[in-house]
Amino acid sequence: MDTAFTRSFGWLVAAIAAILVALFARDGLFGFHMMVFAAAGIVAALASANQIGLLRPSARDLESRYDDQLIRIGVILTSFWGVVGFLVGIVIAAQLAWPVLNLGIEYTTFGRLRPLHTSAVIFAFGGTALITTSFYVVQRTCRARLALPGLARFVFWGYQLFIVLAATGYVLGITQSKEYAEPEWYVDLWLTIVWVAYLVVFVATIIKRKEPHIYVANWFYLAFILTVAMLHVVNNLAMPVSLVGTRSYSLFAGVQDALTQWWYGHNAVGFFLTAGFLAMMYYFVPKQAERPVYSYRLSIVHFWSLIFLYIWAGPHHLHYTALPDWAQTLGMVFSVMLWMPSWGGMINGLMTLNGAWDKVRTDPIIRMMVAALAFYGMSTFEGPMLSIKAVNSLSHYTDWTIGHVHSGALGWNGLITFSCLYFLVPRLWGRTRLYSLRMVNWHFWLAILGIAIYAASMWVAGITQGLMWREYGDDGFLVYAFADVVAAMNPYYVMRLAGGLIYFSGALVMVFNIWMTIKGRLRDEAPMTDAPYDAAADRPLPQPAKA
Amino acid sequence: MAEQRIDEPTGTQTVGHEWDGIEELDTPMPRWWLWTLYATIIWGIGYTVFYPAWPMIEQATKGALGWSSREQLAAEMDAAAEEKAPLTLAIAQIPIERLPEDSRLLAAAVEGGRAAFKVNCVQCHGAGAAGSTGYPNLNDDDWLWGGDLKAIHTTLEHGIREPGNDATRMSQMPAFGRDGLLTRTEIEDVVSHVQVIAGARKADASARRGAALFETNCAACHGPAGKGDRTQGAPNLTDAIWLYGGDRASLVETVSNARYGIMPSWSNRLDPVTVKMLAAYVHSLGGGEEFVPEDDSAEAADAAGKTPDPVEQNVQPR
Repeated sequence: MDTAFTRSFGWLVAAIAAILVALFARDGLFGFHMMVFAAAGIVAALASANQIGLLRPSARDLESRYDDQLIRIGVILTSFWGVVGFLVGIVIAAQLAWPVLNLGIEYTTFGRLRPLHTSAVIFAFGGTALITTSFYVVQRTCRARLALPGLARFVFWGYQLFIVLAATGYVLGITQSKEYAEPEWYVDLWLTIVWVAYLVVFVATIIKRKEPHIYVANWFYLAFILTVAMLHVVNNLAMPVSLVGTRSYSLFAGVQDALTQWWYGHNAVGFFLTAGFLAMMYYFVPKQAERPVYSYRLSIVHFWSLIFLYIWAGPHHLHYTALPDWAQTLGMVFSVMLWMPSWGGMINGLMTLNGAWDKVRTDPIIRMMVAALAFYGMSTFEGPMLSIKAVNSLSHYTDWTIGHVHSGALGWNGLITFSCLYFLVPRLWGRTRLYSLRMVNWHFWLAILGIAIYAASMWVAGITQGLMWREYGDDGFLVYAFADVVAAMNPYYVMRLAGGLIYFSGALVMVFNIWMTIKGRLRDEAPMTDAPYDAAADRPLPQPAKA
Repeated sequence: MAEQRIDEPTGTQTVGHEWDGIEELDTPMPRWWLWTLYATIIWGIGYTVFYPAWPMIEQATKGALGWSSREQLAAEMDAAAEEKAPLTLAIAQIPIERLPEDSRLLAAAVEGGRAAFKVNCVQCHGAGAAGSTGYPNLNDDDWLWGGDLKAIHTTLEHGIREPGNDATRMSQMPAFGRDGLLTRTEIEDVVSHVQVIAGARKADASARRGAALFETNCAACHGPAGKGDRTQGAPNLTDAIWLYGGDRASLVETVSNARYGIMPSWSNRLDPVTVKMLAAYVHSLGGGEEFVPEDDSAEAADAAGKTPDPVEQNVQPR
């Protein structure tokens, strides 16, 4: 009772401090963000004093073997952020096709909504999925309740506060103009605190494990948490103009800044979207397939080679720039060597189905996981290919890159997250099964169709762009103006929008399915496999006549 | 911890670990995977031998091939320039107004101008050279400073109202309202008159009052009939083409506060051959006029007899 009071009081003091800072703010935007902090502090104070039912562990949570309250909220928030992120993506895709949709208002321009989209899908959707699943997986594979439950709640909600600060910042125009690292210094500091707490909770849970070994999924989660901490701190080193203002100046300038940024940016892909999601894959694929992991040795070798090689690959984002040639070589060579380490994860995931391949036909969740791994494999082949300078000289700055990241993000990150959510929901809410397995199948095909249209249109758009930019006529003069190329992209942008809409509709089907499952409804539907076994038809093929 | 056992469907031994029901098989790494990994590593080491790679104290190793991205660019640019050299030289040597005599050369110059236009001019004049408010349409035959090859070339070379350039196309319309030269009512009357001569309005009392004001204030540059004067860049007011808009509000704004459009001097930014090619391209767009020598005695003979020295013209191959 006393600790609850002290905690609550502490949060209230923090909230009042934030209001005081807001009063002295040099710019209104900083004041606004301080008020957001203050509001969060008041909510935390109420929660600590057990005044908000939703944030209080229920009796069931306190009695159950594992601490799953946050995970249930996380599943809902992951779905929510997914829908938000996809929706903003659809808006900006439409803006590219029809610029009038920028509406002429600063808050709705493409420049502000694009980082809102990228961060909503990577950090809000992906990040919440990673934190949620990591808390689920680490408890089960360590046979231990979450260590430091209070700190775990701080991590979870503190990260949601980061999302709100980042998202409002984008729309209001607060940015330090670094891709995937747009939030300003004070938001970065907040995320650093949250992230260190995340590391502490995760490591403390591993330390109190009741298993002799640490499961491979936890290696990947740990690599993701540790490396993202390092990347985030280094890339965001900056000097604030004022301690009560939004603006800051980066510690790095010129090509050094570019290199640091892309060391960060590429490893956000490597450690956030690859290592973190491989961790999800390593738990949920064997669980859903009910099969042992294919190769322990492969998991060791591909883990360490992936970790070692990924961190060097960033310079491939700066081919044919002011970056010295040797550094460009570094980025390209390490990217090519990264091919097999990346594929190790795909092999281990796919081959785990050895002995259960039939489930690809019968279980739409497994089918979704297999498709996710297939897209993972395609993207991690395409990545090294695009990093080769000769290819990059055509693909760089074109929509090919957009197609590449979306085959990875929609195909790999999206599908693996959806399948994990489908796995989690019945278990977390104690339902016998999902509301509808057929809807999972619908979601699967909508997603596949959406990705196919999206990726194909962007590949064609990108290669067309690259070829048009470098098109010289017989006389040796440039053939197309930049605006000609922009105009030529229009049909592909419309097609891309269609792909996005189809993918989005699949996500809506998922949200409905999850909603109904949580409500405890079961859809009365025909079983997924409707091909009856016909023993009479199952005859060996006629043997060829011997010569 | 689970015991090591043989997994039935695959016949592979398990490692003996178990977490929440997940076991691991002791399958060896796929050989093709391992050998491809080795191959990429060997390829990577080989690549660093041939290309700039290993950072040393002073600089990185240059690589056995001696390749650098800057040298590759320079070589490609040189090759492109060399390919175009005969054309470049020919265009440099011919006076701009005599370009139409050589149809092959003219066609090549138009193509070169088209390419340069896409990079340098589309930002203001648009990809189709149709212009927009404040930026003239180059497809029509309504020229502010002259539409023959030589006039276009001069405009391009020295720009329009470019600060600090004595040879630039220079003129300035007074701001009749701002500077108190005409009252608001007088401006309205002048605009009425302008609309009448442009055929956008029927003559009335306002326009008749405006006609008198036009005579004293505007005719010096725009001519008594409002047909304009190319030597001063004064636009023709009797047609339907308006640089800053021909509606009443725009005209009142123009007469009250004047306009002062600027185009940079392209000879400061581009080499002389490119400027010539741009002139040829703009001339070819549809409104190009034939060159008529102003003074047929001395100047024309001069132009015909003397070809400018390419070195004097500072021809840059790139």
